[in-house]
Parts: sequence; C-alpha cells; structure tokens
Amino acid sequence: MRFVDEFRDPEIINRTAEEIRRLADPKRHYRLMEVCGGHTHAIYRFGLKDVLPSNIELIHGPGCPVCVLPMGRIDDGLSIAKEQGVTFAAFGDMMRVPGTQGSPLEHKARGIDIRIVYSPSDALKLARANPNKHIMFFAIGFETTAPSTALTLMRAKAEGIKNFSVFCNHVTIIPAIRAILDSPDMRLDAFIGPGHVSTVIGCRPYEWIAVNEGKPIVVSGFEPLDMLQSIVMILRQLNAREARVENQYKRVVPWEGNRAALRAMAEVFQLRPYFEWRGLGFISQSALRIRDGYTPWDAEQRFHVPGVRVTDPRAAQCGEVLKGVLKPAQCKLFGRECTPEHPIGALMVSTEGSCAAYHSYEHRKNLLTNIHTVA
Amino acid sequence: MCLAIPGKIVELVPGSPNLGTVEVVGVRRKVDLGLLQDDMPVPGDWVLIHVGFAMSKISEEDALEQMRTLMMLGEADQAMDEVRGYGLEDHGNYEKLN
Amino acid sequence: MRFRDPQIEMAHGAGGKASRKLIEGLFVPILSGAATQSLSDAAQVEINGIPLAITTDSFVVKPLTFPGGSIGELAVNGTMNDLAVSGAVGKALVATFVLEEGLPTTVLEAEVRAMANAARQAGVSIVGGDTKVVEHGKADKMYVSTTGVGQLMPGVRVDPASVRTGDKVILSGPIGDHGITILLARGDLDFEADLRSDTRCVLPLIQALAREAAPGIRWMRDPTRGGVATSLNELARDCGLGITIFEENIPVRDEVRGACELLGLDPLHIANEGQFLAVVAAEYVELAMNALTLADGGQEARIIGEVREQPASAVLVTTRYGGSRIIDMLVGDPLPRIC
Repeated sequence: MRFVDEFRDPEIINRTAEEIRRLADPKRHYRLMEVCGGHTHAIYRFGLKDVLPSNIELIHGPGCPVCVLPMGRIDDGLSIAKEQGVTFAAFGDMMRVPGTQGSPLEHKARGIDIRIVYSPSDALKLARANPNKHIMFFAIGFETTAPSTALTLMRAKAEGIKNFSVFCNHVTIIPAIRAILDSPDMRLDAFIGPGHVSTVIGCRPYEWIAVNEGKPIVVSGFEPLDMLQSIVMILRQLNAREARVENQYKRVVPWEGNRAALRAMAEVFQLRPYFEWRGLGFISQSALRIRDGYTPWDAEQRFHVPGVRVTDPRAAQCGEVLKGVLKPAQCKLFGRECTPEHPIGALMVSTEGSCAAYHSYEHRKNLLTNIHTVA
Repeated sequence: MCLAIPGKIVELVPGSPNLGTVEVVGVRRKVDLGLLQDDMPVPGDWVLIHVGFAMSKISEEDALEQMRTLMMLGEADQAMDEVRGYGLEDHGNYEKLN
Repeated sequence: MRFRDPQIEMAHGAGGKASRKLIEGLFVPILSGAATQSLSDAAQVEINGIPLAITTDSFVVKPLTFPGGSIGELAVNGTMNDLAVSGAVGKALVATFVLEEGLPTTVLEAEVRAMANAARQAGVSIVGGDTKVVEHGKADKMYVSTTGVGQLMPGVRVDPASVRTGDKVILSGPIGDHGITILLARGDLDFEADLRSDTRCVLPLIQALAREAAPGIRWMRDPTRGGVATSLNELARDCGLGITIFEENIPVRDEVRGACELLGLDPLHIANEGQFLAVVAAEYVELAMNALTLADGGQEARIIGEVREQPASAVLVTTRYGGSRIIDMLVGDPLPRIC
C-alpha cells in the first residue's frame, strides 16, 4: 500500500528507534501525551512501546470522540429513534457504546432500526432511497469528521431532502488540550499532535501550547515511522530546551489547514456556549451545534430530546484515565467489573479508548520477560 | 476521528461534479471531493480518505523527503562517530545535520 | 460460568467471546454437564466399537449468493471442513432447509444444485434432509443446516492437550477473503473489489498433510467466524500455552488488506470458509509444508507462528522490528470504525 508500507519499514523503524535511544537522556523521565485516540490505537497495534526506551512514557490523551460522549447523549439519540420511529444511522464505533437502556446494537435487537454507515453521505443516500423513512445521522468526531457532516448537510439542504437530520455531537480538540494543561495533576513534557484533525485546522491553533505553556508539540502521522519520527523531533526540542510547533506529517497536513473544510464548518455549525465531556465535565466553546439556517435538519430541533444528564458510576475513574492522571490498570474497575465485553465506561467500549486498547493489546503481555528475541 | 487512508483517484465520476472513484490496492469507492474544491484533484492524484471524503492531497515530494530524512538517521550517526574519532567535541551540530 | 445475559444478541452468533460464553455457560452444562471439556469442531462417538465423527453447522448468510459461492456451497464445505479438521473423512451429510414463504423456487433450486456440486467435488453424499417453511419475514429467504458423519483418518489424533512448546502453527492460505467478500456484497458500505469467497472443501489438503506428517499433527481448526485470532485463542485457552504469530508471515491478499485498512478491521478477525490452521510438531514441519505446498490449492500455505510458554493462554502477534501486541477473540461481529 502506497504511502503506508514505506512508513512501516522494519529496518528504518529499528534505526529510528536507535536514534530515540541515543537522544533520550538516561537521567530524565519523559512524559509525552498523544492527544488523539487514533494514535493510542496505533501505539498498541504496532507495539511501539516495545521499541521505546523505558524512560519515555506515553500518556493517552482525550482525543477519542466516543470516549468523551456523555451517556445522556446516546440515550437522547436512541430515545428519538424509539419514540419517533426514525432510523438511527451511525459509524460502527458507536454501535456497542452503552446508554442507560443499552447500546445501539442492543436497541437493534429490540426492533429499533439501527444502521451502520461508513460515511455521513451514505446516511443521506439512505434518506434519498427511502422517502418514507426518516434517517437521523448520529454524528460524532472532532474537526476531522465535522466538515464531512457539514458538506452532507449542505447537500441535503441544496437537494431539499426532508427525511434527513443530524444529531450533532461534534467536539473541538483545542479546549480538550486546554483542559489537560489546566489540570493540576498533570505533568507533561510535550505533545504528539493529532495528525488528521490538523489536516482541517492546520498547525497554527497549537501555537499557544508552545508559546504560553512552553511545551513542544509535533503534529504526527499515524504510521510507526511517523510516530517515531515525531518522538525524535520532540526529544531534539526538549534536549535543546525549545518549545515549538512542528509538522511531522507534512505530506498530508498543510500548515494553514483546509480552507474549504473550515468554510463548510462555518456555514453549517456554530460553537455551543458549553458542552459536557464525559470525564472532563462542562467545557465552554468546545462543541458544535447546527446553525439556524439548517434547523430543519437539526435532530435536536426537530424532535423532542429528553436531555437527561447521566452521571458515571462513582467507582468508575474514566475522568482520571482520560486526563492521563491514572493508567487504565489503576482504575478499580479495570478488568473486573469493566471489560470490553461488559464495559462500564466509554474508555472500555471504543477500540481506541485507553482502557480497551490496554486490555486487548497489552494487559497479558506483562508475563513476557523478553519480547525482543522474535523471529 | 483518525482513521484516514491514502488512495489514488482513478476517475472523476461523470455527471457528479464532486465525486471521484478512489482506489486503495484494488478496493474502490466513490469519494466526495468537495472539501478539496479549492484545488480539485485529478485522476492520478493521491488523497487522504476519511469517512468517504477526501481530506487532503498527498504530496509525493514531502513523502520522499521524509523517507530521505529518516534514512539518513543511521548514516549521520556513522559520520558523527568518525568525527568523534578525530577527537573533536562537536555534538552540538548534530541536530543541524538533519 | 453461568450464562447471565437476559436476551440473545447478534454477538452470540458471531463466533467470538460472546458465542463461547453462550456455549460454555448454557449449552454445555445442560446438555453434557462436563463444562471443562474442550470444544472441538466435531464430536467423536463410538457406536458398537466403531469410532465416528459427527458434526453439525448452520448457515445464515446475507446475501445468499456472493462472488465465489453461495449458501449451498458453504453448507457442504463448512461441515466437511469441520470433520476434516477433526481428523475425519466426511462420508454422509443430511441437510435441513428452513425456507421463507415466498422464496422463488429458482433460488431454492440454484442452492440445491450448488450443494450437489459441492458434495460431488468433496466426494460426499447428501443422503437425506428435512424442509420447513416459515412465514414471510421469519427466515431471511433461507437457512440451511447440515449434519455430517465421517470416519476417522488412521494415525491422526487432534487434541489441544498434545500441543507442546516448539510446535509450529501452519495456515493453509490467505485470510479474510470470505468475510470481506460478504461485507462488500451486502452493499451498505459501497465498496467494490475483485474478491471472492474462499469457500472450498479442505479435506484433500488435510489428507495430503496426514499422508506425510500424521504423527506430527497436534491440533487443527477451520477459522470461520471470528477468524484466525479466535481459533488460536481457543487453542491457547485449551492448552494453556502461548501462541506467537509473526505478522509478516500471515498471507493476506492486497484487496483484503486494503478493505481492512479502510474500515479499521483486522484480517485476523475475519471469517474464512476455505482455510485451516494446523499445529504440527517441529520435527514434522518440513514434511508437512512440502505436502501442503505441493498439493493442489496448498501453494499459499505458510508457517505463521509457534507455540511458546508465554504469554500463557494468550496469542501474541509480533513484528520484525520487535513490536508486539496481544490479539484477543472477537467480542461480537467485526464492526467498521472511523476512529
């Protein structure tokens, strides 16, 4: 696969890992946060922790849109589907996320029309093909995904498609990073920046992290060589006591971002004054709602939404794991009451959630003494 | 929010101004090119695909440059070892070689 | 480990952890009481001293026909394969059809022909069956279930308890073809690829393997729903040892790989209908691989891993650069993801 396989070359990975070992000061303990859930998933999928020296610690950040979605929002979306008899269309990622009355898949088992879509445009296609059904797209995602929802709404409006709406849960990444840095328990040296969000917002929005907070941030791609190269770049900055925004993912991320995508977002969305993030509490100006010009396509305006707030069980420590204060295994419920099959918190349901990723890919590896002698 | 894959545009869909057929090692899908309308890609271009939309054009040049930089990592090490062998304390300039 | 879920979900039929919980927590305790028995693809029974293998399988697939095959072929090959990986040569099949009212006769006839063809190719006879018709909407056009009876191959003994550290894991060919073909054939995801189901009867390959390396065969399985990862996890759990797979040795077609990358799926979790896994003692591996790669349809067989002490009861996937990850059984059906 072009633009993928080159960045998984084992020889070059070995050499880059050696460079990391050379650059990492043995007297120092580095704490690097990867913001994006996709990076968390990549770290586990490629076994990157195995090639890093033990004094580089990777802390998982809150960039997992499924993980930060409050249960009440899932309940609201599903209750619309149930009460109004509409079709609930969402990405596969949402299907097993538990609401208080069960997950979307569990609702499907009870007869609610739940569909998995790969793209918001596929949800709109469903609406076109089924004029007697109302299709509600339950939208999640950061700025990577919001422009696609925006374009889809623009197309729905332009075509006058009436049996389509969006239940919008899009959130923005900068307030999440701010919440991390504002957290008193957090000690971080640098950030591995979200590569795909940056294809939309560019690299400028991170400048305050370097300038005001004095932390390097390197916008990174998702292949093993991308992440390892980003760590090399971070170490060089830290060793030189610098703090800058750098773009490791140049082949895809434009420094200025994607203007057309930002225009589409501005056309369709505006910032909500505040929004609740599971584990992080209420954050102002951190989420998107659909603008007045698109009200007929806004599921929250079109249908009655119970708007119930659901608090997480007190024993679940999702918030602290989300902020990187606790490691998944340190949560009292991890691996016992809360497992991928019976998730209590969203960090265990989403495959890129820290707890699920750790449980699936790493948990039982601790028995191994020497992984490096492989074939 | 993060799963995005590089694919090659093999044709623009006739009659649909914003749709292109993209191929990833033999798997094809129509992808919405609307987010790249400021610099529309043409067949043969590589784009990054996320949820059925093209997010960005992929720069082959930048990809090659990245590989070159990475390949030089080991070589720069060897060069440094040589230099150290001459007894010159010159670590500070290492970062600037790359 | 009693089964406590209040209702049956799709996940319980997906072949992964949820399926296992249902089987071990409800079926086994009630039907046989011996919950600690390791579950294999076919049961061995003795009737008046004659050892036989017997197995049953049901086929629920949408769409009914897809590139490379149809439900009829799956029904014959699937049961023959379950017998084959249990070390038995299938001799007779019976088939049950649950048909939806309104199903066009042409569709039924096409499937029955497909079954006849597949049976002929596999060298087995379909000797009987049963038919039921249910109301419109109650059967997704048609469900087929087959029960097969076979004779054990001499000298072949399949038992997870016989697996030892140092044994090698062999895979008969590329994985993921069937599951991805079905996913694409459903049309909801709007992807196209030149892919076909790999459905075939693997008995001839297993016979070739047995001819050269029978004493070395420890365990076999056909990785259907839940994929290679689920089958190997079942083995790891049953034998208590660790299975290490070398990622770069796993054969995967480009298109399967592309589809999996696009949808965020792992080929190791995708269903196969024409492959098998075999754990073979190290001293027989060369003979085994020669036998397979020279046999018709076995050219793509590979050694994909080996059995080690650790990580106990788990499956580890390693890469050439020293990275590794545990791979678990599937929880439910593989779901595409965007994150």
